[in-house]
Parts: sequence; structure tokens; C-alpha cells
Amino acid sequence: MSKIQALGLDVGSTTVKMVGLDAEGEMAWHFLEQAEPLLENQIARFLERARNVTGPLDGIPLVATGYGRGLVNQATRTVTEITCHARGIYRELGHGGTLVDIGGQDSKVIGISPQGKVIDFTMNDKCAAGTGRFLENTASRLKVSLDRMGPEALSVSDEVSISSTCTVFAESEVISLIAHGVSIASILRGLHRSLVKRMVSMILTVGLTPPLMLSGGVAQNPAIRQMLEEETGQKIILPHYPQLMGACGAALFALDA
Amino acid sequence: MSIGPALRYHWNVNLLGRAGLRWVRWQAERRVKRGAHGKSHILTPPLKISARTKELIGRHYLKGRYANLRGKVAWVTSGAPIEFLKALDFYLLYPENHGAVCGTTRTAVDICAQAENAGYSRDICSYARTDLGTMLSCQTPVGKLPKPDLLLTCTNICQTVLHWYRVLAHHFDVPLILIDTPFVYTETTDHSVAYVKRQLEEAIPIAEEVAGQSLDERKLKEVTRLSKLASELWLELLGRCRHRPAPISVFDQFIQMAPIVEMRGDNFTVDFYAAMLKEVDERIAQVIGAVKNERKRLLWDNLPVWYRLRYLAEFLGRHGVVIAASTYTNAWAELTPKMDPERPLESMARTYMYPILNRGTGDKLATMRQMIDDYRLDGVILHSDRSCKPYSVGQMDQRDRLIRDFGVPALLLEADHNDSRSFSKEQVANRLDAFIEMLEV
Ligand code: SF4
Repeated sequence: MSKIQALGLDVGSTTVKMVGLDAEGEMAWHFLEQAEPLLENQIARFLERARNVTGPLDGIPLVATGYGRGLVNQATRTVTEITCHARGIYRELGHGGTLVDIGGQDSKVIGISPQGKVIDFTMNDKCAAGTGRFLENTASRLKVSLDRMGPEALSVSDEVSISSTCTVFAESEVISLIAHGVSIASILRGLHRSLVKRMVSMILTVGLTPPLMLSGGVAQNPAIRQMLEEETGQKIILPHYPQLMGACGAALFALDA
Repeated sequence: MSIGPALRYHWNVNLLGRAGLRWVRWQAERRVKRGAHGKSHILTPPLKISARTKELIGRHYLKGRYANLRGKVAWVTSGAPIEFLKALDFYLLYPENHGAVCGTTRTAVDICAQAENAGYSRDICSYARTDLGTMLSCQTPVGKLPKPDLLLTCTNICQTVLHWYRVLAHHFDVPLILIDTPFVYTETTDHSVAYVKRQLEEAIPIAEEVAGQSLDERKLKEVTRLSKLASELWLELLGRCRHRPAPISVFDQFIQMAPIVEMRGDNFTVDFYAAMLKEVDERIAQVIGAVKNERKRLLWDNLPVWYRLRYLAEFLGRHGVVIAASTYTNAWAELTPKMDPERPLESMARTYMYPILNRGTGDKLATMRQMIDDYRLDGVILHSDRSCKPYSVGQMDQRDRLIRDFGVPALLLEADHNDSRSFSKEQVANRLDAFIEMLEV
């Protein structure tokens, strides 16, 4: 493995991600875990892992991002996830456009200039209905594993509409749909549609400048990708590691230091 | 006024109260001199005159506390045409300003809860809830509010005040004067001016009857003249923030605006702003900015977040960001040229139709654009105020136009001016951080 020159740590609300870059800014190492309640302990463990790979961390700059970035005492600097995501994706894809990031507990749309600068953004971190948590909650209610949700939803063509825009009330709506004998796959399709429609209105707030890019954990879900394409009429471009874009951006800032 | 209450008023306000407030002011001045605020590496200490502001506001509420002993009291909305009441010697209480005091002292939420428990919805403006809460419970950080003998409301700021003042009228069982001001889409018409003027003419006899005296035309002109003079000084003061670095920020303006709202028409208000202008000019001469190390300058739209003024000032100041202008503080300055002391009623009718909240959203956008140019600003923070619907409606489109048509970065910040339950610190901080990074400070 080439030598790690900079580290980026993205302390998100559902997952914690760390990326190590070599001198050229290429990803040399990464690590991801579900977020734990005691973030400080988890961060210490991440640093320990990094140390095992790189040797002593002294002199290796570390930039923290994500909602828990303020808890990373070892960071040389903190940068918001908006700026880090834009930086990470621009480095990988090499162009501007509109980036949609759907994370576990928040989602954001970022307008990126052709030069890679953030020109506008909007965030939803007040309501779970526009985030991965919306799917997660209902998945557990339907006893479908998270990675099966997208394929299941795409396996049928009929779709029920979920009228509730609230995660909690959507759950009760789902229960009543099941009671009415609606198939789980159609319900899943409806749930995906509901989330995507929310995302589309966020995209329109920022304005859709193609191409449309997708990052965050939910980007791995094929139904979200397909429906987002249907609803926007745009082809979606995915980075190689959608979940690591924030940590990559952070590491790139660290490399600047 | 009979002799007993008059003596009590004099004793409490002019003797005891005045001495107490002098003492408070003296202490505040000493604090400024000692540099008690001066440890901040981010912000310049408040203006020296702030000690006087404190005294003025304290005196206003002290007079209010005993006002029922001395004469007649009217509760009025912030944008109401108050000059004729002032000329009739009413003590004027502004529930919105009192609401702001509750906001800054962080007592508003408890007081709002009193109104909510009585059945008023949380969707109602938090100024209204604060006032209704005080009405029901008498809770207030200023000691005690006087009971109104008359109410004056004007629809030039919103429709909430209409319903709110009806509740007050019912509760206190006093007359309510309502001045209805037609919305101004682009320009007002002579017909509308005549309509508002006629309402004022009809309101005067009602107020005269409550006051027990008739309106003296000369006094009305004098009050209008003093109102205009104070507004002119306020306009000049705000204009001084065109300087780089801005000598005061909007957070200072938010505090210093109390007299222009609730003490306009008084001669001491004119002296007060003249003195403030002098101090601000001294700052400019010495190249002192409100934010040490000013790097970026912004515009603020909508009401302040009263319970987080210091937090926001320091948060932005830490990054060298100053908010140099706001559509809100500008609202008490921009109408100055329309005031004409020689034709008080007609000019009042015209002036009071033009507040920013009574004009179209396109007009507000044009005002913002103009301010961005005049003050050489780098971006805009639009406070989306959950309470104030008329101020917040249109902000999404205004933000859009600022970014797309004019290339001005703009951020929508969701909060509430008085209800801290609608302010989520982490989320506000995250948005502000990202916006500041975007401005490349
Ligand atoms: S709704 Fe707005 S204009 Fe009306 S009283 Fe409340 S803050 Fe003032």
C-alpha cells in the first residue's frame, strides 16, 4: 500500500467513515462502521486502526467532517459535509453539476460549479421522511433487509401511493395497507417513490444543473437511482464509493495543509 | 389627574426611578470604560451610548409601570400611525417591543406557554403569544405593564394584529381603533391615501374622547416633526454602515432601534440618535469596525432572532463576517422622506402604507438588491421566521432570484424571532458554517 499522507474522518449520524490518501490524493485506505452512541470511543478506535495501517499518526494531517466533527479533538481542522462532499465528488468525477446526498439521518442537495466550488445547497435535517431513516424504519416493519428493499421494489410494476409524509405515520399507513392485502413489494415501491419525490423538490430548490450525481449510503439502492432518473429525466452518475465522498473530501482538505 | 396618584407617579418615576436608572447607567458606563466587554478578540465592545440606551428603555417601562396613575395609555402596533396619540399625551406601549424584551431576556417561551395553555395555537406569531401570555398571567420581565385605555392596530404589517387586538379589546373592554392600509403592489393611489386619511380623521374623535382633550394641530405637527427628525438620524446611522469596516453591525442596530420604534415623536429620541451618530462617526474616523478583522459583509432579511443575538454575532464574527445591513432595521428609516410635518395626516396616511410588509415581494427583492449594491455586500441571510408569515412569504423565490439572476449567495435560515423552541442550534451552526465556507472566508 502506498504511504498515507492525509486522513479524512466523516462522523455521520448513522455511519462513521475514514479515508487515507496518498501523496497524489488517491484513496489508499478506507474504513467504515455503523455509528455508535459513544462517538468519542469510536473515534479513538478509528484512529487506532489508522495507526495500525500507517504507523504513528504524528505529522499526518486529519480533517474531520460530518455532524460529529466537533468531537474529533485530534483533527487539524473541521469542514462541513457540504464542502467536503463537493470536493470529494469533484475530485473523482472531474465536473460540476447537482449532487444529491441521501444519508441515514439527513439529506442534502449541492450545486457545484464547473470549477468544483459549492454555489448553493439545501439540507433536510429536520424531518426523517426525506432521509434513509424513512426506508430503514419501514424496512424493519416489513421485515425486509435494507439491501433487499430496492430490488424488491423494482420486482413489481404496480405501486401504491403512500400519502403520509411523516416517517412515523407512514409506518401506520403501511400496516393498514398490509391489512388490506397489498403486496409488500408494491408498498416498498410506493415508499421509494415517496422518498424520491421529496428529494426532487429539494433538487428544484437548488435548481437542477446536469449532470445529476448521487452519493451517500442510499445511493446503493437501485430503486432510488431508477426512480430519481424517472422523476428528473436525468441520467444519474455514481462515484465509485458513494458513501465515502465526505471523508474523501475531508482528506483532500487535509492534504492541502 | 388628582393629586394622590400624581404624587405617587412623580415619586416613583421622576425621583426614585430616575435615580435608580442613573445608577444603572453609571455602572454600565463604568463597565464600558473598564473594558469589561473588551476581552473579545472577535467583536468591538458595544458603543458607549449603549448605557444610555439601557437607561432609555428602562425609563420607558418604568413610566409604563405607573402610567395608569398619570394619564391615558394606548397599546399600539409597531407600524401604527401613533403621532396623533402622542399629541394627545397617551403613554404608548408597544406589545411587539415588549415581546422583544421577553425574547432577549429569554422569558418569552414561558410566557407564550401561558397563551398556549389557554388554547392559542403555536402557529400564531410568537409576539402575539407573548403578549396574550402577559395579558393572561401578568408575567413580564419589566415588572408590570399598564392597562390600556385604548388600542390602535394597523394592518400595514400583517393581519395577525387584527385578530390579536380584537382579543385585547375583548379582554380589557376598551375601544379599538383599526387602521386598514391597502396593500401596495407597485405604487399607491390617491384614492387609497384618501381612504387611510379618512380613517385617521374618524379615529381622532375616538382618541380625543378617551384622552379627555382635543387634538392640538400644532402639537401634532411638532410630534410629526420630531418623528421625522429621529427617523432621519436613524437613516443616516444605518447609512454609516456603508463604510468598510462597518462601524456597527445589525446586531447593534437591533438593540439600538428600540427608541426609534417605541419613542419616536419624543425630543430626547432625537438627541439620543444625534449623540449616537457622533460616536459612530468617531469610530469611522478611527477605522474601528464592529467585527475586528472584517472580511465579508452580509445582508439580513426578516426579524432578529432575539434570544440568540450574541451567539450569532460571535459565530459570524469569528470568521470575519459582519452583517452590515438589514431590511428590518431599514424599515424604520426608508420611509423618512415621505413624512411631512406640515401635512401630518395626509403624509401619515401615505407613509404608513409603505412599510416593507405592506409592499409586494418583488418590491422587497428590489430593496434587497439596492442594499446589496449600496452597502457592497457579499451575500444574504434570509431568516425564515416561523412566526412572521408576511415577512417570510416569498423568501424562497427571493433567494432563488438573488442567486440565479444576480449571482449573490443567499442562505435560508429557519428559526423564529421569539420562540426558541423553533431554533435548533446544531442545524443553524451547520448551515452557517457551510455558507461561510461557500463564501470562502
Ligand atoms: S406576524 Fe410578523 S408583522 Fe405580524 S406581529 Fe408577528 S412579527 Fe409582527
